[in-house]
Amino acid sequence: MTLIARPTNREEDWRYSDAAFLSTAPIETFDDWRSVTVKPGAVLRETVQAGDAAPSAVTRCRVHVGAGGRYEHFATIVSGPYRRIELEVTLDEGAHFEFGGVTLGGESNVQEFVTRVIHAQPGATSNQVVRAVQWGQSTGNFLGRIEVVRDAQKTDAAQNFRAILLEKGASANTKPELEIFADDVKCAHGAAIGALDQTAAFYMAARGLPPEKARALLVRAFIADAFAAIDDETQRETMLEDALAHLDESAL
Amino acid sequence: MLIIDSLHAEIDGKKILNGLSLTVNAGEVHAIMGPNGAGKSTLAYVLGGRPGYEVTGGSVTFAGQDLLAMEPHERAAVGLFLGFQYPVEIPGVSNVQFLREALNAQRIQRGEEPLTGGEFLKLAKEKAALLRMDMEMLKRQVNVGFSGGEKKRAEMVQMGILNPSLAILDETDSGLDIDALRVVGEGINAIMRAPDKAVVLITHYQRLLDYVKPDQVHILAKGRIVKSGGPELALELEREGYDEVMA
Repeated sequence: MTLIARPTNREEDWRYSDAAFLSTAPIETFDDWRSVTVKPGAVLRETVQAGDAAPSAVTRCRVHVGAGGRYEHFATIVSGPYRRIELEVTLDEGAHFEFGGVTLGGESNVQEFVTRVIHAQPGATSNQVVRAVQWGQSTGNFLGRIEVVRDAQKTDAAQNFRAILLEKGASANTKPELEIFADDVKCAHGAAIGALDQTAAFYMAARGLPPEKARALLVRAFIADAFAAIDDETQRETMLEDALAHLDESAL
Repeated sequence: MLIIDSLHAEIDGKKILNGLSLTVNAGEVHAIMGPNGAGKSTLAYVLGGRPGYEVTGGSVTFAGQDLLAMEPHERAAVGLFLGFQYPVEIPGVSNVQFLREALNAQRIQRGEEPLTGGEFLKLAKEKAALLRMDMEMLKRQVNVGFSGGEKKRAEMVQMGILNPSLAILDETDSGLDIDALRVVGEGINAIMRAPDKAVVLITHYQRLLDYVKPDQVHILAKGRIVKSGGPELALELEREGYDEVMA
């Protein structure tokens, strides 16, 4: 399958993407899919850290998880001007997909996660947690689509997105999309966008924490949700600290 | 230690403090009482430097320095502690982490060496024991899931760890049952009753003053101190009410 035209903001999946990037990037950029297969019963965890050199502004990945398998993907996006991580995950019977994503950025950066999770067989589960921390004129997006095919009974799919806008001018977009053709299915989604908790910030200042320290602690607690499912504590802390280092450099 | 001179302050253009003056010397405990809406909490927040509370006149000198010129975290580092009427929940941040960062931030601002993890835990254990609080509570998230009384006790543990020279305690007695009130009262005495320290207790009721004996009692009404006296003034208030005593 070869693309014949670039995506535009008119398409749902690219609605909040960086228009300038879409109209100027080489067309191959948009057709570069990586394939991942998780064998039945196998477990695979992939992480994309903030500090990792971005090979391309657009990363697209197609994953197939065999019966009873588990695929975990944890990613931090900190760079710009446009950065997109897209995952298309097909789950066989009893398989699980765990996703944790953090966007963190300023300037005019557009940073987004786009997921499409296909519950293709019964009893598969998925859990997606995305946290966005934006300042300047930046934008953080999470477009999550969940498809449950006719026979995929006992599907359990959850999505949760929360954004903190540190400055006026920053923005965040989210759009959960559910396409369900089975009847015994649990799909949950939640979203909230707000500012940093000023009451908590003052409370912390009153105990002696300078604003940048208080902010870092609050942001750390906020984004930690996205990596809570990483059972390896060292790896979890590395992901967190790595993301926060970027906040220190840019947001304060 | 603390000299408040003719302080005026407003919130959203609404005048709350109208020329409040108060002097607190080292070694003293002052109680500020007053009806609802008198400006008691506003006074606490203005002293703490909460954003949104605008000082429109007067001055506050603390330990010889202009308190109002300092940022909230700087006020904490020079020895001011504000005990909150409603302690704030901070999900995802443990008490231990929060307090260690706060204490070390204060120490760094004062040019002192930060405490190591071990040194801090030893200190925290000691102060928690003083308030009969389980160390397990301190490992939990700041105030999350704490009852009203537990939050107030946790405030006092924080005060013990941070070791301020002046504590402004805003209705620290509210939400406490009789036993907790005694524990908190004894905690305040143990932590703050010293020749080089002072306490301003903001309260509605006399009952905390049974445990923490004030040197002076002030009545705050319509944004200023309208009457001052000894401990007997609090008893008189309790007996006769604000209208009678202020008339």
